[in-house]
Amino acid sequence: MSKQYKLIRCRINGKEREAMIDVRASLTDLLRNDFRLTSVKKGCEVGECGACNVLINGECFNSCIYLAIWADGKDILTLEGLEGPDGELSDIQQAFIDEAAVQCGFCTPGAIMSAVEILNEGRELSDEEIRIRMSGHLCRCTGYENIFRAVKKTMLARLAAAEKNK
Amino acid sequence: MYDIKALYEAESVEDAIRLLQEHPQAQIIAGGSDVLVQIREGKRAGVELVSIYGIDALRGVCYDEEGAIRIGSLTSFSHIAADPIIREQIPVLGEAVSLVGGPQIRNIGTIGGNTCNGVTSADSASTLFAWDAIVELTGPEGIRHLPIREFYIKAGVVDLKPAEVQTAILIPKSSYEGYFGNYIKYAMREAMDIANLGCSVNVALSEDRKVIRDARIAYGVAGPVPMRTPSAEALAKGQELSEETIGKVARAVLQDIHPRDSWRAAKAFREHIAVEIAKRALRQSILLGGGVIRE
Repeated sequence: MSKQYKLIRCRINGKEREAMIDVRASLTDLLRNDFRLTSVKKGCEVGECGACNVLINGECFNSCIYLAIWADGKDILTLEGLEGPDGELSDIQQAFIDEAAVQCGFCTPGAIMSAVEILNEGRELSDEEIRIRMSGHLCRCTGYENIFRAVKKTMLARLAAAEKNK
Repeated sequence: MYDIKALYEAESVEDAIRLLQEHPQAQIIAGGSDVLVQIREGKRAGVELVSIYGIDALRGVCYDEEGAIRIGSLTSFSHIAADPIIREQIPVLGEAVSLVGGPQIRNIGTIGGNTCNGVTSADSASTLFAWDAIVELTGPEGIRHLPIREFYIKAGVVDLKPAEVQTAILIPKSSYEGYFGNYIKYAMREAMDIANLGCSVNVALSEDRKVIRDARIAYGVAGPVPMRTPSAEALAKGQELSEETIGKVARAVLQDIHPRDSWRAAKAFREHIAVEIAKRALRQSILLGGGVIRE
């Protein structure tokens, strides 16, 4: 059978995008190959490690087991979408650095995107809830504790800032 | 790139049925967390797919005219767990599906996919067996309803006729009203793992809350498909709430289940765990129903 393509339109990191894609592509393929968003890692490619995690309409998905055609009409956020206008790091990225939650760095973008989903809820999660919500990521370096600290610290800092601005 | 021969996107249930009739070799893909992984493993390489993922009409939870809880087949596990109707009437289903995989898997995984792949370890399945769920199937000849116990034929095979799509799962009012349930998954890890054994129990107590009016006990991984335990359930009916009753009923499940040896766990170990988690799930269900258990 000849190759099958589909034109998709979606929003990626706040910008309207369009691409003619091979229907066999995963969303990881689309983001990395068509848009050079290489924070989206190819890890296990079977939805277990979380290295390819991105937000789609505000929810976390492993983009390796998400067909690119399904991205049509969706709002997608990758780690690249977190940086400020002059390339500044976001608070959660800085917290990962400060808490030494990064070693080899391969799981980091995916883990940060799960943290973003949590932070966007704007409420205080219990330690247990944070651990459950971060459980879809395999990290062979940090032992998870520093990742947990970085997420909790950022959550508390944002809630304190929101309280102040009331 | 996935090794896919051709892919057809359905925009509605009618569209899906038509595409499945036009392409009889094609397989349905819902969220894809099983199908895509199997393609990656080479098991379904070169497959033709009909994607139903875009059919939003199959998402969401509501009551139907008869008060049954209607769960659209494409509703994701995370949406089931967060749904107000589920939390109010059958919170155990939300708890059970919150034990599937990890957070990202629970966002893509659907309850329809979890049941249609016919796997005994599906975390939603034993709980749906316990609630006497009804499966709604829509095909070229119209809609038919099937008790979930009849939907499962054998390991990996469900009663899905050619060009048929599972469109909803229904929990009848008579199944949930007055019942309280608990699900226990026994696995090696707390996330990203498959159950060695799963037990879902629900219990209805007498009005004075001293006697078990009805108990329904279901297992996953205790046989090739999810199953109920008729002997244990018959024994539980009309019994007073006591540790002795709980122990007796839990031991009786061994007459009904037939787990096997596998690389995940031995048969003897699974039997041991089966009795223990039945006890705990029974105890918890009784407590949720406001019962007091005599020592």
